[in-house]
Amino acid sequence: MRDKILYALAAIAAVLLTRNLYTIFFVLGEEKNQGAIWRIFEFHFPAGILGLMGFIVATVFSVVYLITNDLRYDAIAAAINEVSLMFAAIVLVTGSIWARIIWGVWWAWEARLTSMLICWLIFAGYLMLRRAIDEPTQRARLSAVVCIFGGVDAVIVYKSIEWYRTLHPGPVLTIRGGGGMPPGWQETAYWNLLAMTCLAIILVMVRMRQETVSREIDSLRRLAHSF
Amino acid sequence: MFYGFLAAWLIVILYVVLLAMRERKLRRELDRVRQMVEKR
Repeated sequence: MRDKILYALAAIAAVLLTRNLYTIFFVLGEEKNQGAIWRIFEFHFPAGILGLMGFIVATVFSVVYLITNDLRYDAIAAAINEVSLMFAAIVLVTGSIWARIIWGVWWAWEARLTSMLICWLIFAGYLMLRRAIDEPTQRARLSAVVCIFGGVDAVIVYKSIEWYRTLHPGPVLTIRGGGGMPPGWQETAYWNLLAMTCLAIILVMVRMRQETVSREIDSLRRLAHSF
Repeated sequence: MFYGFLAAWLIVILYVVLLAMRERKLRRELDRVRQMVEKR
């Protein structure tokens, strides 16, 4: 049943991504001021949403773990954080490439970029911490605490587009009070968000299965050593 | 723009390869530990 869900999501993601790539490259025109580079937004925005929302959702699971002490919630948080870290890396890289063309620099130490980088570093540290601790309960507890700090930063990054007027462009999507985009551009971004969400769910499910196998290995090792 | 797309998809592909490598390693470790428990 689980495998069927994975294959169905993969099929949906493949169809949507193919359709979206065709739309982005062959249907939508160029932006008046930015030219062709604006198209990077169609991946930058969904990756940003998935990364930040993933971190926030994982933080909720980490808090639930701290309350219930059920290691399953820790496993879910770890899986979501790892996949979200990948999407956050995409945000930073695509953002840098866009910045090089538009601003003339790869990076600027302004509020949104810096807080996003800090968020990425916190969750990279979260994963490194998990690898360093063998004992499952201690690993879960300490990484949950780190995750909470990262989750707070993720909220700051998400709201920074409204709070700070800096080099980074302000809201463009109408849902966030922006001025909107030419016809078809906003819709394509949302379709890409759907496609990448399917991809994210697939990766999280695979990662969670690996966490389950890892816990089984831990318990079998304890059983082997208890003889 | 092309480099932007290439970079994004390279990151995804890299992560998928990492997942596949980890899956293989976990399966090997699981088989090894199961055999260890059965022998005892």
